[in-house]
Amino acid sequence: MLIYTLKRLGLAVLVTVSVSFVSFMLIRVSGDPAIALAGEGASQEEIEFVRVQYGFDRPLIVQYIEWAGRALHGDLGESPYLNQPVAGMLKERMGVTMTLGVSALTFAMVLSIPLGVLAAIRPNTWIDRIALAISVMGQAMPSFWFGLIMIIFFGVHLRWLPISGSDTWKHFLMPTVALGYYATPAIMRLVRSGMLEVLASDHIRTARAKGLRWPKILFKHALRNAIIPVVAVAAVQLGFMLGGSIVIESVFALNGLGNLAWVSIARSDLPVVQAIVLMLAIIYVFLTFVSDLINAFLDPRIRNV
Amino acid sequence: MTTLLEVQELNVDLHLPAGTLHAVRGVSFNVQKGETLSLVGESGCGKSMTALAVMDLLPRAATRNAKILKFEGQDLISADENAMATIRGSGMAMIFQEPMTSLDPCYTVGNQLVEAIREHQSMTLKEARERAVFLLEKVGITGSSSRLKQYPHQLSGGLRQRIMIAMGLMCGPSFIIADEPTTALDVTIQAQILALLKSIQKEFNMGLILITHDLGVVARMADRVAVMYCGQIVETGNIREIFENPLHPYTKGLMECIPIPGKTKPGQELGSIPGIVPTPIGDLWGCSFRNRCNLSEPRCADKDMPLTELWPGRAYRCVTAFNKVEPLSGEELVCPKMY
Repeated sequence: MLIYTLKRLGLAVLVTVSVSFVSFMLIRVSGDPAIALAGEGASQEEIEFVRVQYGFDRPLIVQYIEWAGRALHGDLGESPYLNQPVAGMLKERMGVTMTLGVSALTFAMVLSIPLGVLAAIRPNTWIDRIALAISVMGQAMPSFWFGLIMIIFFGVHLRWLPISGSDTWKHFLMPTVALGYYATPAIMRLVRSGMLEVLASDHIRTARAKGLRWPKILFKHALRNAIIPVVAVAAVQLGFMLGGSIVIESVFALNGLGNLAWVSIARSDLPVVQAIVLMLAIIYVFLTFVSDLINAFLDPRIRNV
Repeated sequence: MTTLLEVQELNVDLHLPAGTLHAVRGVSFNVQKGETLSLVGESGCGKSMTALAVMDLLPRAATRNAKILKFEGQDLISADENAMATIRGSGMAMIFQEPMTSLDPCYTVGNQLVEAIREHQSMTLKEARERAVFLLEKVGITGSSSRLKQYPHQLSGGLRQRIMIAMGLMCGPSFIIADEPTTALDVTIQAQILALLKSIQKEFNMGLILITHDLGVVARMADRVAVMYCGQIVETGNIREIFENPLHPYTKGLMECIPIPGKTKPGQELGSIPGIVPTPIGDLWGCSFRNRCNLSEPRCADKDMPLTELWPGRAYRCVTAFNKVEPLSGEELVCPKMY
């Protein structure tokens, strides 16, 4: 297990470095940063001045190493538009995005795992149909639309919940449901098909032949085997929620990372975009690492790979 | 001898999209204490389904009914899932064909052995572990206390099958069903596992149903044999009668398929049974074997073929039964000592 963990950790670091390098290069070649910074209608001299001042005239590899070196010390540069340190801006937004992402994933799991298990124990019954209906609806409804419907119903009509901002836990309820519901179908169907497969497997028959009772068969032997692929998918879903919650963040006016990314891309705020991409890469890599560890804990066969 | 298991008129139907498949049709047998009954037949003849029906472990799509289904005098037809769970493991155990997939890959062998007994008896973890170690040694696994910490994927097929046997023995059942226990193993391991099963059965005086398609296994292990075809028992008898004097054309055909030392001459071509097993879907009538039988007559298709009992424990299902009235004496037969 220790060797496995170290191997995975080494791999995670390598992936992070590669992603940061590739993303740095891609952002630099997607447009001349000096032109963007100098602004509209700037003369050639002004552009050249900016280029030299910000060091854009040096080789890309040198620029990368300098940027990466400072990033390692927590210095992600300064936003030329807001004249604020990028690290501080990110820290502010991360809290909101993390809260939203984690609570949305929790909501999705709490809804989808029991439903998936129930649907698998009683396939083709009314409970299975209801679970299917819930998951098809989640798949078909755009999350922004679902968010708006909730705002109209719970916010405007019933006046139960605040419709924008991120001050109290109440502000997070509707965005959590809107974002989490979107992740529910995939997880639920995966749990259902996984459980169906495991329940039909030989070792479940062995467990029954030993005289084990259903609760023990379901929760000890079936669910543990069925949940392994779900862990990997849930990690990717959480990464997606953290990086891709732009839509939900704008519907509910949450000041999160997604919102910041969108605004920064629009105004070519390179250091911020760069830092966000790095942040998301690290989050993805970290989540994959954690899900690998969880799976290795669940399934001893993985530990020896 | 006391009757452990009594089965009369057992039927299993599989409800498939293509129609109802009559997997087991009117099967009757009983098993005594210390006795081995072998169910023999080709794949799909209903022998595994018979065993699963007894244990109430049939797949979802299957239903069973029976006139009598009793284990140690207790009626299993009316038993609910809870009562069955109590009997399974503690009263009767089952060993499956696939040792590679029959253990949960996520838990150690020790965990799975221990839970088998702790489900039925209040026992401390330590006592249960001691019992597991004792049984692992009994089934010939050395260094058994370290084996307890291993996971199924770290063990070979032969070891896993031994562990399955030990698991079946955890609660000291009086009856074991072994469903093709050696099919997935290589030949040398097969012999070891069979010898092990036999010695353990003797030691604990257990009833054993051995399901196999391998007549060599039958010859080594069985006291009595029930030959199954297309969901029905087509012939029963003790081991010597079945091997020395098979009566049903299907049993005869099976015997011609295997070489018998002293009987089969060098260079002699072995027999084979033409055709394939028909799928028993829909209404069935007449003898199921008539399409592959070289003795079939028009009357074979007439009506349901009854099982004709020659004397207690000896019966076969064929029209020729009506011609042969005089019972054969089992004592005159000499068991072929070839396996």
